[in-house]
Amino acid sequence: MMYGFTWDTATPLTYAWSILPIILIGLTVTLKAAAAGFAIALVLGLVFAMLRRSRFRSVSWTTACVVEFLRDTPLLVQLFFLYYVLPEYGVTLPAFLTGALALGLQYSAYTSEVYRGGIEAVPRGQWEAATALNLTRMQTYRDIVVPQIVPRILPAMGNYMVAMIKETPVLSVITVLDMMALANMIGERTFEYLVPLTMVGLIFLILTLICSAGLHRLQKVLPKAGIPLR
Amino acid sequence: MTDNVKPPLIQFAGVTKRFGALTVLDNFNFEVAPGEKVTLIGPSGSGKSTVLRILMTLEPFQEGRLTLAGMDYHEPGAAAPFRASERHLRNIRSHVGMVFQSFNLFPHMSVIRNVAEAPVRVLGLSRDEAQARAVDLLALVGLADKKDHFPSQLSGGQQQRVAIARALAMRPRVLLFDEPTSALDPQLVGEVLAVIRDLAHEHDLTMLLVTHEMRFAREVSDRVCFFDKGQICEQGSPEAIFTAPSHPRTCEFLASVLG
Ligand SMILES: Nc1ncnc2c1ncn2[C@@H]1O[C@H](COP(=O)(O)OP(=O)(O)O)[C@@H](O)[C@H]1O
Ligand SMILES: [Mg+2]
Repeated sequence: MMYGFTWDTATPLTYAWSILPIILIGLTVTLKAAAAGFAIALVLGLVFAMLRRSRFRSVSWTTACVVEFLRDTPLLVQLFFLYYVLPEYGVTLPAFLTGALALGLQYSAYTSEVYRGGIEAVPRGQWEAATALNLTRMQTYRDIVVPQIVPRILPAMGNYMVAMIKETPVLSVITVLDMMALANMIGERTFEYLVPLTMVGLIFLILTLICSAGLHRLQKVLPKAGIPLR
Repeated sequence: MTDNVKPPLIQFAGVTKRFGALTVLDNFNFEVAPGEKVTLIGPSGSGKSTVLRILMTLEPFQEGRLTLAGMDYHEPGAAAPFRASERHLRNIRSHVGMVFQSFNLFPHMSVIRNVAEAPVRVLGLSRDEAQARAVDLLALVGLADKKDHFPSQLSGGQQQRVAIARALAMRPRVLLFDEPTSALDPQLVGEVLAVIRDLAHEHDLTMLLVTHEMRFAREVSDRVCFFDKGQICEQGSPEAIFTAPSHPRTCEFLASVLG
């Protein structure tokens, strides 16, 4: 029994049906972690990309090092680091937040590269026109640059989102009770892993398909909303 | 110069501009009076755009002094290599506007937003007020009916006219035109020149215009400056330059462009 639901292992079908509510509770955790992580990655990635373009060498260089470090170390290592090492310095975050933060940090390194490519593809004349109109750098990013790169970076961002969703099970190692962790616990208690793990796999497949379809739709809708795809 | 009593609005004093090892402007001196309409002509690569781009703060320069309305481009006390804080540069920019050869409209914004956006963000106008003024300016350039179009739906000439309206919306004292018709199909040049010609009647607006349209330069300018190798080789009234050029390089250049 878990979360008030008991399982019925009579047949695989009844077994699946009886544990579905538990798996779905895990799914909400998985989705929340992915959403929080991706939101962090979207914001932080843009910040990194902007800092890398700073006219101050020290700022751009430091940012480049941080991004490189985040990208080149395994997510699992970052996760353990945040979970076990930070508390030694007095920073204790709940497991869920730690997990979302680790996902967000790692993926911000990837998204910052996507942003960077997008920003570099904006013609120099756009920056110059913004300067001539006396917009600040922040206004130029917000009103001129970012809106123009959205259509261009959408496919790559979508791919990273899917990749991140598929990596959320790693959070189970720091006691986050996501879909994977719950499936595993059910397996441990029933000695029957095939059904719960298959269910988890199927749900991930469905999630990924939904994301891809949503992305496709977005790429169709945006030009109609006045944001031209170039 | 049309009016010798006024102090210059723009003053280049011994300005040197280098791109790496290439010296584009070498100890360059140049003054523009308030309200004056000055045309810069000369062969490609002679430094005309560089002069405008320095004025627009798009390019730094290495030596010498440049002032606009008494403001020094090199902020006193500021450290190299930037020599001016962003705040100082924005203060200078608030007096200057620029129209580019390639229009540089914002492709993701409607025509009216292209014109109204910076007045809202920078001048602090309300959306309504900025839009009302944008409509007036679009009417001035003959494009009031295109306000809800996107740049990609306009011809080059129309885009350039929107760009002129956009620059005017910031109420600059100095308006810079860098070959505003060079990217246009020949049949679209006239409509843009007509708009600029109207602006040239604005008494208070100081205009610096780089162009290869010699007939037009002759009509609208108070003074024509012939550039060669980063120097003003010869300057004077349009009549003087076009009918009786004295420098051999000027004669050569005019012969080549007038055909
Ligand atoms: N960003 C740059 N980097 C290096 N050289 C440049 C740059 N911009 C202009 N130049 C050089 O400076 C010289 C003057 O250029 P420019 O002012 O554009 O001339 P013009 O507008 O009269 O054709 C040219 O030799 C050009 O190649
Ligand atoms: Mg030029």
